[in-house]
Amino acid sequence: MIETLSQPWPWYVAGPLIGVTVTLLLLLGNKTFGVSSSLQHVCAATVPGQNPYLCYDWRQSGLWNLVFVLGIVLGGVVTGLWLSSPEPVAIAETTVADLAALGIANDGGLMPEEIYSLQALTSPAGFLVVVLGGFLVGFGARWAGGCTSGHGIMGLANLQLPSLVAIVGFFIGGLVSTHLLLPLILGGTTR
Amino acid sequence: MSQNPSKVSKGTSKNSSASSWSLLGYLGIGAFFGIVLLKSEAVSWFRIQEMFRFQGFYMYGLLMTGVLTSALVLAVFKKLGMRSLTGEKVSVGDKPWQPGQRHRYWLGGIVFGLGWGLAGTCPGPMYALLGYGVGAAAVALLSALVGVRVYALLAKRLPH
Repeated sequence: MIETLSQPWPWYVAGPLIGVTVTLLLLLGNKTFGVSSSLQHVCAATVPGQNPYLCYDWRQSGLWNLVFVLGIVLGGVVTGLWLSSPEPVAIAETTVADLAALGIANDGGLMPEEIYSLQALTSPAGFLVVVLGGFLVGFGARWAGGCTSGHGIMGLANLQLPSLVAIVGFFIGGLVSTHLLLPLILGGTTR
Repeated sequence: MSQNPSKVSKGTSKNSSASSWSLLGYLGIGAFFGIVLLKSEAVSWFRIQEMFRFQGFYMYGLLMTGVLTSALVLAVFKKLGMRSLTGEKVSVGDKPWQPGQRHRYWLGGIVFGLGWGLAGTCPGPMYALLGYGVGAAAVALLSALVGVRVYALLAKRLPH
């Protein structure tokens, strides 16, 4: 059982399980699936200052969401302890080759050690990928009013035009980063 | 004599007990979702690269089946007037789309996408990887929090 679960799950299993997550949140407390609002609640709970965007009753509106994301962390712990698999992520051979040309090896682990690790943070590439990338994710998610879960899954499932617009934006940005910025960032340091 | 304590608490202190129980529920649902994120490998920087290079179907299949099952469930719930355990009718609010609330989606979306393409992790995966023991994910998460704080400072001046 554990061995089967430790293998990577196919998309046609994992995708519907995301739907199960959405369903359980609706059933438990009529909650709308979304992750990035938790970032706003963390800011509101810690350093709201005088900012109207961060001064609200986060316990009332956001406590469930904070507990939900704490659960995601817990799920990570559980997976790390009992369900991890040592094999490299089974991405397409063409992607492996493209990334190898940029100096990134897919040699086991979920993340590329060359850029996405604590040791790599002091290199320009590692800093830009993790710190700048993370910053833009937070900034953009709140500007757009949602992330991959809130717009990409929940918004689309609720047939929201704004979410479709946001996803087109996600892809425009992602394509620019992947095809223009990453080659610049990686080409300069690893070759 | 009905001395059954569970029966008594059901009638009297429904709200207070329900809320702490439901918090435990959200924790459990979150843990379930975290495991799904990790075992689907949607948390992987490599997977996101494969997606943005259009070289594999995995992420598209994952997102499409995720949306389809969610949409189906939501439609059925709405049709049946399904109620949550808290007694509310299940409903999902509309995203605002009046003038002054239209540009934020593509502008913020592009900024988010730039970050997603670089870091290869959106907020859900950042939390999951943090628990999984990827130290750099904690740094990405902190950076995202700084991003939200800076957005809050600039929000009035940004087009929405």
